[in-house]
Amino acid sequence: MSIKITGVGKRFGDFIALEGIDLDIKTGELTALLGPSGGGKSTLLRIIAGLEVADAGSVEIEGVDATGLPAQKRNVGFVFQHYAAFRHLTVASNVAFGLKVRKRPRKEINARVQELLELVHLSQFADRLPAQLSGGQRQRMALARALAIEPTVLLLDEPFGALDANVRKELRAWLRRLHDEVHVTTVFVTHDQEEALDVADRIVVINQGRIEQVGSPDELYDHPNSEFVMSFLGPVTTLDNHLVRPHDLEIETHPFEGAYAGRIERFNRVGFEVRLDVHLTDEDDAPPVLVTLTRAETTAKALNLGVPVWIRPVANASQVRITTPTLTSADTLPVSESVPQPSLT
Amino acid sequence: MHETSGHRVMRWALRLIVIGYLFFLVIWPVALVAAKTFAGGLAPVINALRQPEVIFAFQLTLSAAFWAVVINTMFGVGISLLLVRYTFPGRRALNAMVDLPLSVSPVVVGLALVLVYSGRTGWLGEGIEQAGFQVIYAPPGIIMATAFVSLPLVIREVVPVLTEIGTEQEQAARSLGASALQTFGRITLPAIRWGLLYGVVLSLARSLGEFGAVKIVSGGVAMRTQTATLLVEERYQQFGVVNSITAYAAAFILALIAVIALIIITSLRPGRGRSR
Repeated sequence: MSIKITGVGKRFGDFIALEGIDLDIKTGELTALLGPSGGGKSTLLRIIAGLEVADAGSVEIEGVDATGLPAQKRNVGFVFQHYAAFRHLTVASNVAFGLKVRKRPRKEINARVQELLELVHLSQFADRLPAQLSGGQRQRMALARALAIEPTVLLLDEPFGALDANVRKELRAWLRRLHDEVHVTTVFVTHDQEEALDVADRIVVINQGRIEQVGSPDELYDHPNSEFVMSFLGPVTTLDNHLVRPHDLEIETHPFEGAYAGRIERFNRVGFEVRLDVHLTDEDDAPPVLVTLTRAETTAKALNLGVPVWIRPVANASQVRITTPTLTSADTLPVSESVPQPSLT
Repeated sequence: MHETSGHRVMRWALRLIVIGYLFFLVIWPVALVAAKTFAGGLAPVINALRQPEVIFAFQLTLSAAFWAVVINTMFGVGISLLLVRYTFPGRRALNAMVDLPLSVSPVVVGLALVLVYSGRTGWLGEGIEQAGFQVIYAPPGIIMATAFVSLPLVIREVVPVLTEIGTEQEQAARSLGASALQTFGRITLPAIRWGLLYGVVLSLARSLGEFGAVKIVSGGVAMRTQTATLLVEERYQQFGVVNSITAYAAAFILALIAVIALIIITSLRPGRGRSR
């Protein structure tokens, strides 16, 4: 185990940020802490880094009890959402910072900085100031700076949160490749389920200060253990008091076994995808069921507005039984957010 | 850019008002000091400045200002860090108290210092004097009065910069293995350097020109506790051409030092918006 978290709790005044967190993170793994804003995931990351002190519990890094260690002694690389670039230092000096405070020989520092700048594709920007770089470049610089100290673990707090959509996707693919090259144990915080599913080996879903579920992206997507995890990891809709993915619904224009009768109330094409609202005949006051399928399928089955249809979950569809009355409307669930998380400090 | 003639008239009117205001309040009076100083040519000025009392007064002023600035820089940065980076009971009170020297008359400051540190009025002063250490009517008192009066200048320049840079850079430095001292020296100090330098120059200028508090605390004895500003006042009130020229020349030098300091800092400093 690279990181072992036992019984960690943290309060800010009356607000419970974290409660009873137990988590093991394996060496070399790329783990995502996923959850809504204010759910405690950033606080947990900062506790691992020693930037925040837990009220209860312990943190072990590579077998060493780090609970009482200051950030400076944990040998942890930390990347901030807003880069935290040292504005008065050049890109090369930013990367060299951790080695300079460790009083390494100048030759070694220069070689290492050059190597890292190549790794993050910033060699030609070595003498620039951070203000002269784009957001994506600054974040790559911050990554190189964190990697320079050869950290036992690399922690990234919403690393792509401040970047625009295209750069974001590019950088996360790059982070995945980088991790495959460098193999340092990495934990990153995100509120974007797509980012987590795309990049991580393992996802830890955190909500309201507690861990909801831990597992591989496939496990979590296919076998969510709660309504929250199911709805947070992707779009959901409600059919027969169960949450089900809209693309896991079978739809026909004739009755078939176990299918519910209804009528297409809304027909909405978004690119390659078609989103249908199906109003069920037997449940007049229930919200419509959302069904998504490809453009080709709707054409083949001659689906259109007002057409009577029959729907049923496909055989291996992941479903979660609804127990709380709040999660019934398919469209109002917070699938993803674009607002950066306010810092809890 | 296209502008209506109304806008242009308005702009020129505003400029004229500001320039006129500055002219009558600052430029003309200061220029007159210069004119009076050099009315009789350069020789009398140089002779006036060669008097031992004048040389002594400037040495005393410079050393008092130097120490006051050193003290204010250290405590100013410390208090600024305390105000910005920490929350503690009484923080707002401290914040308000920092501005006190700006609002209280320097004369009151001088009197207050005398009450505490004079051997005749304060028990603390009595103890200090019995230990063979003179504060009031001596250079330490002058330094204290000067430091008191210019205390807010460094803090008010540094606090906004500290607030603006935030704590993330410092946290990043800590997580990269820097000690508290290394973080301060390599990250915090360079980040606030322009604000700090500006505050230092302002307090240096203020310290050189301090009069009220110093007058009460020092006693103003020539060749012992008379600073440059006190010398200007004394000579100005005495009769004789030599005395007035001495007063004007000393005043001119004081103004010159302050102006040069401000010019240096303005030209050194990169655009305020960019550096912050």
